[in-house]
Amino acid sequence: MSLDSKIPSGPMALKWSKHKQDSKLINPKNKRKYTVLVVGSGLAGSSAAATLSELGYKVKCFCFQDSPRRAHSIAAQGGINAAKNYQNDGDSVHRLFYDTVKGGDFRARESNVHRLAEESVNIIDQCAAQGVPFAREYGGGLANRSFGGAQVSRTFYARGQTGQQLLLGAYSALNKEVARGGVEMHTRSEMLEVVVVDGHAKGIITRDLTTGKIEAHSGDTVLLCTGGYGNVFYLSTNAMGCNVTATWRAHRKGAYFANPCYTQIHPTCIPVSGDYQSKLTLMSESLRNDGRIWVPKNKADVGKPAAQIPEADRDYYLERKYPSYGNLAPRDISSRAAKEACDAGLGVGPGGRGVYLDFAEAIGQFGQKTIAERYGNLFEMYEKITGESGYKQPMRIYPAVHYTMGGLWVDYNLMSSLPGLHVLGEANFSDHGANRLGASALMQGLADGYFVIPTTIAPYLVTQAPGGVTTSHPEFQKALEDARNRTNRLLNVKGKRSVDSFHRELGLLVWDKCGMARDKAGLAQAIKRIPELREEFWSNVRVPGSGSAANPELEKAGRVADFMEFGELLCQDAQHREESCGGHFRSEHQYPDGEAKRDDDNFCYAAAWEYTGDLSKPKLNKEPLTFEEVHLSVRSYK
Amino acid sequence: MSLLNLQLKVWRQNQGQPGHFQDIQAREIPDHASFLEMMDIVNERLIKDGVDPVAFDHDCREGICGMCSMTINGIAHGPERATTTCQLHMRKFRDGDTIWIEPFRARAFPVVKDLMVDRGAFDRIQQAGGFVTVRTGAAPDANCILIGKEVADAAMDAAACIGCGACVASCKNASAMLFVSAKAGQLNSLPQGQPEKDRRTLGMVRQMDKEGFGNCTNQYECEAACPKEISVRWITKLNRDYALAAAKEAFVGVQESSSGGE
Repeated sequence: MSLDSKIPSGPMALKWSKHKQDSKLINPKNKRKYTVLVVGSGLAGSSAAATLSELGYKVKCFCFQDSPRRAHSIAAQGGINAAKNYQNDGDSVHRLFYDTVKGGDFRARESNVHRLAEESVNIIDQCAAQGVPFAREYGGGLANRSFGGAQVSRTFYARGQTGQQLLLGAYSALNKEVARGGVEMHTRSEMLEVVVVDGHAKGIITRDLTTGKIEAHSGDTVLLCTGGYGNVFYLSTNAMGCNVTATWRAHRKGAYFANPCYTQIHPTCIPVSGDYQSKLTLMSESLRNDGRIWVPKNKADVGKPAAQIPEADRDYYLERKYPSYGNLAPRDISSRAAKEACDAGLGVGPGGRGVYLDFAEAIGQFGQKTIAERYGNLFEMYEKITGESGYKQPMRIYPAVHYTMGGLWVDYNLMSSLPGLHVLGEANFSDHGANRLGASALMQGLADGYFVIPTTIAPYLVTQAPGGVTTSHPEFQKALEDARNRTNRLLNVKGKRSVDSFHRELGLLVWDKCGMARDKAGLAQAIKRIPELREEFWSNVRVPGSGSAANPELEKAGRVADFMEFGELLCQDAQHREESCGGHFRSEHQYPDGEAKRDDDNFCYAAAWEYTGDLSKPKLNKEPLTFEEVHLSVRSYK
Repeated sequence: MSLLNLQLKVWRQNQGQPGHFQDIQAREIPDHASFLEMMDIVNERLIKDGVDPVAFDHDCREGICGMCSMTINGIAHGPERATTTCQLHMRKFRDGDTIWIEPFRARAFPVVKDLMVDRGAFDRIQQAGGFVTVRTGAAPDANCILIGKEVADAAMDAAACIGCGACVASCKNASAMLFVSAKAGQLNSLPQGQPEKDRRTLGMVRQMDKEGFGNCTNQYECEAACPKEISVRWITKLNRDYALAAAKEAFVGVQESSSGGE
């Protein structure tokens, strides 16, 4: 199948309005004959489910948590970008579009990014009307803060919990529609399979996580809003339940997986303290405004308390390497520099995987009170987790996996290569190219759900007879059987190793070979090792309990089984992309000063991988990327 | 880092059946581990020994999703103030301690398995009015609605509620007033929430009663247990809003409360 991105013709700034104008409409009376299945209830899923229900579609929404409000969008701290220009500092839709394309290191689709920038302003209006308590100024207007990768102040926020507040807004809209009867909500329901009938996604198979019952649901289209795959690395800032299962099962049924190697590593996270560690915690990168990052110059000083290392023996490596940006160098660059220091044996703290983030100078200059006012909650969180006070000694930080830019390939209508399957939010390969700017994830999730899909779903639905397929179709019976067999297979291995031990081993391997920096030899090792590990998983995993009741170990096992397959594709994609761009850094491809070296002649495309039945031989399809408005150039932060 | 040897008394229960405490030894637990990581270690060993691991709810493990829900030594979310179970660390315990671990207990939170409970009642209360009815696309420019900083900050204080249910678990009446008052209070104090204020208040309070939560008798255990330190003054506000709405309903009779997802 060829990749038709369906980008509307015409000038960039008019494509979206033209597309809305040209898109077919469905008569309100007919809308209610269509059933839309929405998988996931984060920002993208909740906003899509609520809005489609308002329009009159029959919606069924599924989430694996006990309430839609708990989806991982809730954990976003910093804010949401919008080109409102309330600050009168020269912001515009075009500027937000430009910053996002450049920030993505020229690997995003321009037309999608422009649409995202256009809709950003509507999101803020919508959320404010819902009662989202954004930060405000004394005059009653909305406040803004600055974020990385932009020279204007366009980030809207709600204390340090913007994600929670935006999700609660979308959740309230969803609740309104549940109460009205437009949305049927299925909590503690995990999607196990996509059901494909005559080449179209027409339903899903779910497992009720309370009773263990495996059920079929049919619809006229399926929306996957199931987030990213960061947990393939085992340790990440993602919630424990975040998984690749929904997108991976869809991939196996024909949806292409695009750019999986674009993963974002966040530089300011609390380091790993031991092998019992289950997740990593991010601290806002705003800390880098006042904190200075350093490691000892000499290996001999590595074990000593920070206070005993004299100023002359400290290496403030970011300030040294990037004199103009210093400690505020972009995420990917700061992360790699920390890794280099630790690889050189200069890392601090347990296991030597950490660098200091030192506030001594700032406290000396402004006083502890001022620093506490600025970052008090972060210092508290740090102390809760590490038992150390960042006021008395430098904090220790280390980069961690945070967000994944890759995802299922979608066209301009957000439809994947599997007809009828739409993909929204972090789950699609999206608008962020090879690197996402801060405060853009929330923007994309809500743009897709509130404003894009309500328009772009119609062109597909008008081609379908509503309710044409029901769960009595043989494909549903077959998919049910497949899902049951897979569950039983997991339970019947009865091996010796726990699910977590496999997940941990896979994560360490992928982090080591396909983390912050990748090279040919390392990737080849991972690609050889992952299938072996997968085989061991299926012959030696131990999943206790039964399939006919609540069984968290069984849930984990299904997700890890999919990570075991997905991890291989992640490394294959990283291996094939012989260039460095954004979050994908290939050691072989760098400038003499260590900066990422893009190869626009050979790799200016989105890599959309097709499942062929053989996990080791996925087929590469390319969507060439053209840049009409923002001209290809080298990113420099010196 | 030191290692702790602990004696756990963990509540075990299958859905619809009576439960009991099980003694579990937790040996050599790193004091840097979080409470849930301690449970992970214990479960990993139980699996190895062929014993059914302890089921518990958790997800973000950074104190914001509200999924984790354990009553530790009789206190919802354990002994540390303003801290969810997932953010509680083992260094707060001593070697040789006995730790009692129970689910969030309330009639309206039936046990699903072991330490997992069903908090669907909270969703249903929200569905009974915890929203502003605004269609997507029908919103005016955000700065058309001016809200003073003090009002916005107060609404944010209420909105910080993560819906975990610790307030219910800590209340001897299993009252949900702190949760409901924070949710209703956020919207009732903002201009966007005014048109539906009475309907919202009546709908949410009545749904709360229908779900089987107890009445509030001003013990304020909820505020002490709340990981986000939601103030009981929201309960005062809800009582006031309810009295007004109920009086208007009685005298004018125009209010039609939301039916709440039925």
